[in-house]
Amino acid sequence: MHIPDGFLSTPVWAAAGAVSAGAVALSASRVGRTLEDKQVPLMGVAAAFIFAAQMVNFPIASGTSGHLGGGVLAMLLLGPWASTLVMAAILIVQALLFQDGGITALGANVLNMGVLACLLGFLVFRSLRRLLAGTQGALISAFITAWLMVVLGASLAAVEIALSGTIPLRLVLPAMAGVHALIGTGEGLITTAALAFLLRVRRDLVHPLCLPRAAAGGAA
Amino acid sequence: MKGARWVWIGLAAALAVGGLLSLAASPAPDGLERVAENQGFWERAVQTPLLRSPLPGYLFPGIADERLATGLAGFLGTLVLFALGLGVGWAVRRLRRRGA
Repeated sequence: MHIPDGFLSTPVWAAAGAVSAGAVALSASRVGRTLEDKQVPLMGVAAAFIFAAQMVNFPIASGTSGHLGGGVLAMLLLGPWASTLVMAAILIVQALLFQDGGITALGANVLNMGVLACLLGFLVFRSLRRLLAGTQGALISAFITAWLMVVLGASLAAVEIALSGTIPLRLVLPAMAGVHALIGTGEGLITTAALAFLLRVRRDLVHPLCLPRAAAGGAA
Repeated sequence: MKGARWVWIGLAAALAVGGLLSLAASPAPDGLERVAENQGFWERAVQTPLLRSPLPGYLFPGIADERLATGLAGFLGTLVLFALGLGVGWAVRRLRRRGA
């Protein structure tokens, strides 16, 4: 759901750009305090992997495809602050090198696919994990969070496009939310599979704040 | 950087996805493109880009074989993001050392 140049009016892309720039600056100032040495190479691997996975569109319905956003997956590995920086880096490279997403729309795309999934997604995941204990609880929380952030990100994109006067909200919002409810299912499955795999083979690569909450006794 | 094995395994997996699995990607329009086409505002997308990217559409320039062009673009982009992710990580860690 990379917004190209031309869909957003100047006030809308400027406002979205300001919000994203603020979120990235806040993340850069916060991340240093919590970044472990191991997380520096993990930022490289996560950025590379999520960029690569975003290239693999999967068919969802008649003549439509979707692809991973990866914001929630990045957040589960890196925590909210470092993942925001990684998602911003991916979206900047996509716009500059590959013309995927407009230059003027960059701030909106970082907001819809990065900031939202990493910061709001972190709060949502942590709240769900509080209710759902154990590995299974964490996996269910990850699926719901990933799905919800795709649908919310698409809805936010629809609001931005509508506020720009491109198309009425009553048309674009249900259409964007609807198609991304399907794409979000793919996002949820990939995110959950990746988390399950890492919890099994390299639990230490999952961010400490995103590990499963012990049901009774075990370490978490 | 300590040569942790998982870093190289992770990078290799990313390169395989970006350079090989990407060839199997569905060519169908994505969610936003589909909605924009259906609702008739796709033509609002600026056709002459404000900034000309070197590899538009994830295709390596000057290569006739589209599969090879896609694979190379994916491979290159994955390497660029590995380097950039590391670079950002190093930069923010330096901020911390300075006592931010």
